[in-house]
Amino acid sequence: MNPKNVLNLGIKELRGLLRDPIMLVLIIYAFSLSIYTSASSSPEALANAAISIVDEDQSHLSSRIVSAFYPPWFVQPGMITTTEMDDRMDAGMDTFALDIPPDFERDVLAGKMPAIQLNVDATRMGQAFTGSGYIQQIVTGEVSEYVAKYRAETSLPVELALRARYNPSLDPGWFGAITSVIESITMLSLILTGAALIREKEHGTVEHLLVMPVTAGEIMLSKIWSMGGVVLCGSAFALVVVVQGLLEVPIHGSVPLFLAGSVLMLFAMTALGIFMATIAGTMPQFALLTMLVIFPLQVLSGAMTPRESMPEIIQMIMLAAPNTHFIILSQAILFRGAGFETVWPQLLALLIIGMVLFWLALQRFRKFLG
Amino acid sequence: MSEAAPSPVAEVAGLTLRYGKVTALDDVTLAIPSGRMVGLIGPDGVGKSSLLSLLAGARIIQEGEVRVLGGNLREVGHRRRVCPRIAYMPQGLGKNLYPTLSVEENLDFFGSLFGHDATERDRCITELLAATGMLPFRNRPAAKLSGGMKQKLGLCCALIHDPDLLILDEPTTGVDPLSRRQFWDLIQRIRGDRPGMSVITATAYMEEAGRFDWLVAMNTGRVLATGGPAQLLEETGASNLDEAFIALLPEAKRGEQVAVAIPPRTGDGEIAIEAEHLTMRFGDFTAVDDVSFRIPRGEIFGFLGSNGCGKTTTMKMLTGLLAPTEGRARLFGQEVDARDMAVRRRVGFMTQAFSLYSELTVRQNLELHARLFAMEEKKIPDRIEEMLARFDLKDVVDSLPGALPLGIRQRLSLAVAMIHDPEILILDEPTSGVDPVARDGFWRSLGELSRKDGVTIFVSTHFMNEAEWCDRISLMHAGKVLVSDTAAAIIASRDCDTLEDAFVRYLEDAIGEVEPPSDPVAVPDSPAAASSEAPVPDGFSLRRLLSYSRLEALQLRRDPIRLTMALVGSLMLMIVVGLGINMDVENLTFAVLDRDQTTTSRDFIQDIAGSRYFTERPPLSGYDDMDARMRSGDLSLAIEIPSGFAADVARGREVEIGAWFDGANPTRANTVQGYVQGMHASWIMRKTSEVYGAAALAGNFELVTRFRYNPDIRSIVAMVPAIIPMLLLMIPAILTTLSVAREKELGSIINFYVTPVTRSEFLLGKQLPYIGLALLNFLLMMGMAIVFFGVPFTGSFIGFALAALVYVTATTALGFLVSVFISSQVAALFATAMLTMIPAVQFSGLIDPVSSLQGFGRVIGEIYPTSWFVTAARGAFSKAFGFSELVQPMFAMALAVPVILGLAVAFLKKQER
Repeated sequence: MNPKNVLNLGIKELRGLLRDPIMLVLIIYAFSLSIYTSASSSPEALANAAISIVDEDQSHLSSRIVSAFYPPWFVQPGMITTTEMDDRMDAGMDTFALDIPPDFERDVLAGKMPAIQLNVDATRMGQAFTGSGYIQQIVTGEVSEYVAKYRAETSLPVELALRARYNPSLDPGWFGAITSVIESITMLSLILTGAALIREKEHGTVEHLLVMPVTAGEIMLSKIWSMGGVVLCGSAFALVVVVQGLLEVPIHGSVPLFLAGSVLMLFAMTALGIFMATIAGTMPQFALLTMLVIFPLQVLSGAMTPRESMPEIIQMIMLAAPNTHFIILSQAILFRGAGFETVWPQLLALLIIGMVLFWLALQRFRKFLG
Repeated sequence: MSEAAPSPVAEVAGLTLRYGKVTALDDVTLAIPSGRMVGLIGPDGVGKSSLLSLLAGARIIQEGEVRVLGGNLREVGHRRRVCPRIAYMPQGLGKNLYPTLSVEENLDFFGSLFGHDATERDRCITELLAATGMLPFRNRPAAKLSGGMKQKLGLCCALIHDPDLLILDEPTTGVDPLSRRQFWDLIQRIRGDRPGMSVITATAYMEEAGRFDWLVAMNTGRVLATGGPAQLLEETGASNLDEAFIALLPEAKRGEQVAVAIPPRTGDGEIAIEAEHLTMRFGDFTAVDDVSFRIPRGEIFGFLGSNGCGKTTTMKMLTGLLAPTEGRARLFGQEVDARDMAVRRRVGFMTQAFSLYSELTVRQNLELHARLFAMEEKKIPDRIEEMLARFDLKDVVDSLPGALPLGIRQRLSLAVAMIHDPEILILDEPTSGVDPVARDGFWRSLGELSRKDGVTIFVSTHFMNEAEWCDRISLMHAGKVLVSDTAAAIIASRDCDTLEDAFVRYLEDAIGEVEPPSDPVAVPDSPAAASSEAPVPDGFSLRRLLSYSRLEALQLRRDPIRLTMALVGSLMLMIVVGLGINMDVENLTFAVLDRDQTTTSRDFIQDIAGSRYFTERPPLSGYDDMDARMRSGDLSLAIEIPSGFAADVARGREVEIGAWFDGANPTRANTVQGYVQGMHASWIMRKTSEVYGAAALAGNFELVTRFRYNPDIRSIVAMVPAIIPMLLLMIPAILTTLSVAREKELGSIINFYVTPVTRSEFLLGKQLPYIGLALLNFLLMMGMAIVFFGVPFTGSFIGFALAALVYVTATTALGFLVSVFISSQVAALFATAMLTMIPAVQFSGLIDPVSSLQGFGRVIGEIYPTSWFVTAARGAFSKAFGFSELVQPMFAMALAVPVILGLAVAFLKKQER
């Protein structure tokens, strides 16, 4: 192993990348605009929820309730009849339908506890759950306020002081921004190295390299350091300039520690990229393979939904994926300010996975060349 | 044969063609006589291929007029009428063939495009294969044929419809001398049988051009001269066509008019290269069979043979790129060992294709190689200057190689191979495609290296005149060396006049075949002969459509990665999403800091710990413990109960419970918040009734929430009807986009340009197999959803399956619409994924009903087929939709199909730009 060859070949890779406008645009986009948009467009829990109301009471109270639903949380509610209600919901036009029964106001004031019916289309999971909670609060608020002048309530004065840590206002943009940085790191480390190898193969330059005094290991390492380096710089930029600067997301932990974790992650992912490139052989096949691999890696690693709610077996399998550890590590460092003493198991896991992948890729790469 | 033909078969006037800034054809005016064998000569990149593709009607005419077979090729009607009478074989070995299809399947495909029925085709194929000696290879995939055989197959495919005009673009480039000769004999026999047939062909071999009736010499997009070979020789006073061509060039381009003269070698040095019984087997295929030779220092040793005869493999073994199965290779007496870096430093290698880095400048390329060969850093600049001067590269030192003419690129390759001053130079076909002037210059450099610097040169070539410049030559065939001697000795050994003749004799002996079967070539008997005057089958042809379907299905079956994507891609992604994206939050971890330690405080905690949402962890010891455990992600929720809690509750005094939850993932945090609030509220209710009595609980009203269609609120039940439309959109669309982009990228799209197949036949034919696959996927996903995930299906299955059929017809068509605008496979892949998925996710009612959207999004949502299929899927799965309720979405999607397909057909080009 000659470090000078690794260095020179790596510089060659970087020069090649500089002349590839499409890849450059992809890198710049992935580390700036993509993160910015995914953070700033993360939807609030409820936006423009489709609701219709059947008002059979036509009273003062019922019209107060109707007017309590307004954008941006709800669309302007449509006033419908009982018969329309089911059809509209079947056709997927409404997510919520509120049915205020006749004589509602009178019964409330008389303390008869009348029932309002709320129909929810539970096939729209996300909205159904949060939305019905909102509606409950809104209707209760309106009714309580209306009847406040008539009756006093009795309740135990036990308060619950709920505080969200690390993201006090539960701004979904914070999470979106970091998740997006991680996604960009995963995607680019895989695509850049794989594409670099396939480009050489398609141009016949790999063979050319092999008749020179360089070894397969040197060729592989040169691609790993150069492409990994580009992604590392990109992620540092994204974190400091885009996430901290533009999006003003506070980062609690140490950025250098996160970048150290990224180095190990990149080592593993670039090796995986080379491995996949040796299987695919051509660019289109590599692109197809990438789609089949990246998607599960991202969905199942805990980046989108918490690992705890996945089946045990999936959790076990995903322990072999570098993403899983990287996500645990980056969430701990960036959100919760964890230090080395907390994240060392993930760093160790990444190192081991990286070495195994590197070894596998080197074996395949040698065969690929021969 | 030299009689003047009545009217020209093709005429062009003022023809100009530009690719961006590059002018490929510059105001060409030409009349090509009919019934002749016409040759286009000139080096690579002078516009020969462009002219031929224009004559074949495969390319859009930019400026000027092209008349072929009595009509203007700008007219669509004329193109349609004449395309069955023209056969076009593009450049590149087997470029218009389908590599994974067998010889017979390829021919069968072409036959069916021209309207033969199955029995006719079979007879026709057998006759053509017999005439070309290809019968034994009937079932071999085209990719596994040798270069010569690929070209013969290409010719068979071109002849199957019995054309009046045969256009061949460099059919013999990269083919061995014998196959070349057989190829031209075959053409002669066909012409003998059909004297009316005109042949227009391009060639880089001047020896071949001598056999043609009429020649067109071209350079830089212009015609230099036309006329018979004898006429051209006479006009230029040259003794051969190579020289004649150089003489025709404008003065400035002729270069030094010095013939290549390599002085004889003197003295026998040590042995530089030695091969002993080298053998290489790949599986049961023997690529190189017992090859031995010894090459002394300073010799130029030539290697001849067809593509795929083992030349490149031998060279790879000599350089240590491949370890021989048997035998030994030695360089300077040392056995070649791939790990031995010292030997590599003594060898320079120039691979077949141009293999320098096109993204590095000339200087950067030289620098990189100097460093890789571990030259001393301070010596590098001088050495580079020396190389630049020697190979005349000073003017282009900062250019990118891609922008340089081929001849200069070859010199650069040589400079790179020489940068570390090697003692042996191995060159694999260094002059393919280079014009004669540059080739001469290249060989002068080689001569100098050999004689002056004592470099041993091992070179392979297809050109006979180059072979004669070598000190010794070896002829290789099918892995064996047939003969190895000086050019003169080889010619003498077979009593021939030329080296080429001698080689052909050797090859014939090796194959054991004197002359190909002499029966008249099959074509005349072909059923299409009669139909050449018959009107072209106009309009829509189901047979052509189905032949594209069959082709697509066969290709897909033989491409493992695409097949995997098509068959199990959606299933795999469905599992991933089904298991991975789970919004049911369960097993959240929490711990308590209980400073009260009373029954009341434990009662409060028990409410949380007892629910299925939370799992209790060991209690907290203090704030530090809480911080550490929340930071590591060990806890999602921490509760602090103050001391005196029980007493305060009992007396109705105000008291506050502290709760901290992990807000890192806001979605999850929202759920945690909701759960905790709910439990707290119900605990208070219970306590209130204990303290104040049940009457205190009386509220104002009751909100009865009915979670319809999915009463247990399981996320999988909500997810599946959403994911099936997504996957039936993305994967079929990607596959259809790829199927067109692949043809464009690999070149086989040319068959669509030059055959009578119409745009709608082409697209619909390709679509059928993908619709079938998508339906299969649909069934697999339904099985998975119902059996594996246990999602209840309440509606009409037949109705839903029909809706799926309409939907995948639309989504596959959508892929075609994207493909029309895209020519590379990689771009096709990403563009399709983005363009189809964004509207699907944002505007198709997955998250918000289409009815709640506004503006542009609303419009997209109303017309996008996915919106309707999402409604159908949710209805059929969860809302007990019967057939009648599914009719409306089905109808809406059915409206989209002809629109999308119509747009795709309208934008699809039947000619290359």
